[in-house]
Amino acid sequence: MSARSSRRRWLVGMGFLLPNFIGLCAFTLVPLALSFGMAFTDWDILRHNVFRHEALHFVGFENFTRLFGDPQFWRDLGNTFFLMLGLPFGIAGSLGAALLLTRVGRRRCAVGPALGVATVIFVASGLVLLRGGMPGGGLCLLFGTFAASVLAAGVLSNGTVYRTLFYLPSFTSGVATFVLWKNLYNPHSGPINLALARLGFDPPNWLGDYEWAKPALMIMALWAAIGSNNMILYLAALGNVSPELYEAADIDGASPGQRFWNITWPQLAPTTFFIVVTGVIAGLQGGFEMARPMTGGGPAGSTTTLSYFIFTEGFETGRLAYASAVAWFLFVLVFILSLLNFRLLKRHADD
Amino acid sequence: MPTTDPRDPPAATRGLGLHVLMTGLSLAMIAPFAWMVLASLKSLAEAGDPAWLPRTYHWSNYADVFRVIPFLRFVANSFVVAGWVTFLQVFTSALAAFSFARLEWPGRDRIFFLYLGTMMLPWLVMLMSNYEIMVHFGLVDSYTGLVLPAVFCSLGTTFSAFGTFLLRQFMLGIPRALDEAAEMDGASKWRIFWDVILPLSRPGLATLAIFTFIGNYQSFFWPLIMMKTVDKYTLPVGLLFFDSEHGQATHLLMAAVTMSVLPLIALFVIVQRQLLRGIQLGAVKG
Repeated sequence: MSARSSRRRWLVGMGFLLPNFIGLCAFTLVPLALSFGMAFTDWDILRHNVFRHEALHFVGFENFTRLFGDPQFWRDLGNTFFLMLGLPFGIAGSLGAALLLTRVGRRRCAVGPALGVATVIFVASGLVLLRGGMPGGGLCLLFGTFAASVLAAGVLSNGTVYRTLFYLPSFTSGVATFVLWKNLYNPHSGPINLALARLGFDPPNWLGDYEWAKPALMIMALWAAIGSNNMILYLAALGNVSPELYEAADIDGASPGQRFWNITWPQLAPTTFFIVVTGVIAGLQGGFEMARPMTGGGPAGSTTTLSYFIFTEGFETGRLAYASAVAWFLFVLVFILSLLNFRLLKRHADD
Repeated sequence: MPTTDPRDPPAATRGLGLHVLMTGLSLAMIAPFAWMVLASLKSLAEAGDPAWLPRTYHWSNYADVFRVIPFLRFVANSFVVAGWVTFLQVFTSALAAFSFARLEWPGRDRIFFLYLGTMMLPWLVMLMSNYEIMVHFGLVDSYTGLVLPAVFCSLGTTFSAFGTFLLRQFMLGIPRALDEAAEMDGASKWRIFWDVILPLSRPGLATLAIFTFIGNYQSFFWPLIMMKTVDKYTLPVGLLFFDSEHGQATHLLMAAVTMSVLPLIALFVIVQRQLLRGIQLGAVKG
């Protein structure tokens, strides 16, 4: 009786799971095993395709030994790590934005004076247009109108408008914004170098320059990272910090710096930890989507990351086996990080 | 509150400086979009001119985009592909999540661990072999081949195991008493799923749908290697194609970029609240 009912429960449970489980097996677990096998063969699109079926050869660790002797692999690993140096800036930016947003939300601002300031900005930019004429004045009026309406909306909405505007770059981040930034960085027709030249700098050739291409990608990534999901997570975490902690600190006469380092920062530690781990895992696999439209991996391979290397090896030269070996190298890195993640999370939970 | 600090500004202007600062930062964040729209209105002759404002406004650039590339096809392809991935993923994940969250069956927890494990796999590992499987079944350059792996494998976006996890977390928060009451009335498990749990999970389902749709609307790597015919390109691949073919025509390119970004901005404004709550739901326990 009980065996029969347990079998029945298994059938019902499995029945609900099945559509999802079959898909997971077919498109994640089988490909996982297949890719592991591939990494130890000489699988090449040129020799193994719909038209040619040459025998596959087991080559042992040859792909891996070749990989570790491949200067391109080390260069691309270096590039990947270099781009990941932008991560702490992005996290600091998200935290800073979240702190500011929290502060704006908590403190009521007098609406009257704020609307006054907005009006002054608007009128002043209009006067600039009247006195200076087009096109500089027009731009001034445009931004003045923007500023006045954002400020007014920000005060009236108690700060949520800022959150929305901060979040937009991250939400729209994709090939479209990468193509946009490629044009922003254009040394002849882009606004970035126009502004830098006006300010008296000698602007770099950004994406066309071996030294500047990586920082250019990092600056763009920072723009998209500040208002990202990380900022939202920080906002939620800040909302959960008990106000009593701050009240106690105020009674002790703590300075703002002490309040931050002794209360806020430790309270945010689990969130920060989650953000760092997911950021590192994404960073190890990232770079291709930005570099493909913006630099094509150049100049001279300076923005070719490991994911770009996988694209070139696997889908341009067709050495799928070799590309799989790179992917499994990444797998090991991510696996170690995940273990570390678990260990630290556990220690945190035990505390 | 402690005694007022003598350095505190008068109440009338308190917080005003902060608002001015935030306004400045907000402007910096959206300045690229402003340039994008302005550049999309320039004439061909002005396209290489760094000035922000066009001398004359060429709204016809937007119409020209449709003439130069099959832009509408790209948009339609993106919506169809992202729509199918979203529907299949949300539906199968809801079924699986119900099984994990509401049913007791032998082996359940072990399989759930397997699901958790797959969420930690780097997606680049499954990329080559998924492509080879599609080659094997002759599905390269087909929508079936583009959609199915994207539903059940992380190819740079959310996938069914993540969806299952997210919805399971959500369903665990629904009171058990509801199922029990329905069961007393003689409802089958399917009825409980369809009539009780699914309607109550609507916020979770909506969140997952938004994540999945946006991720696949923006997805680039997988469509790039799968689609070979220009007419079948999704928007990101189509934009790259536009850039490589007509990259000099900045004004048209920016019109296309504007038309790719605007639906996202509109969508964001609509779903904002749902989305922001969902981010916390998905990540805090992850």
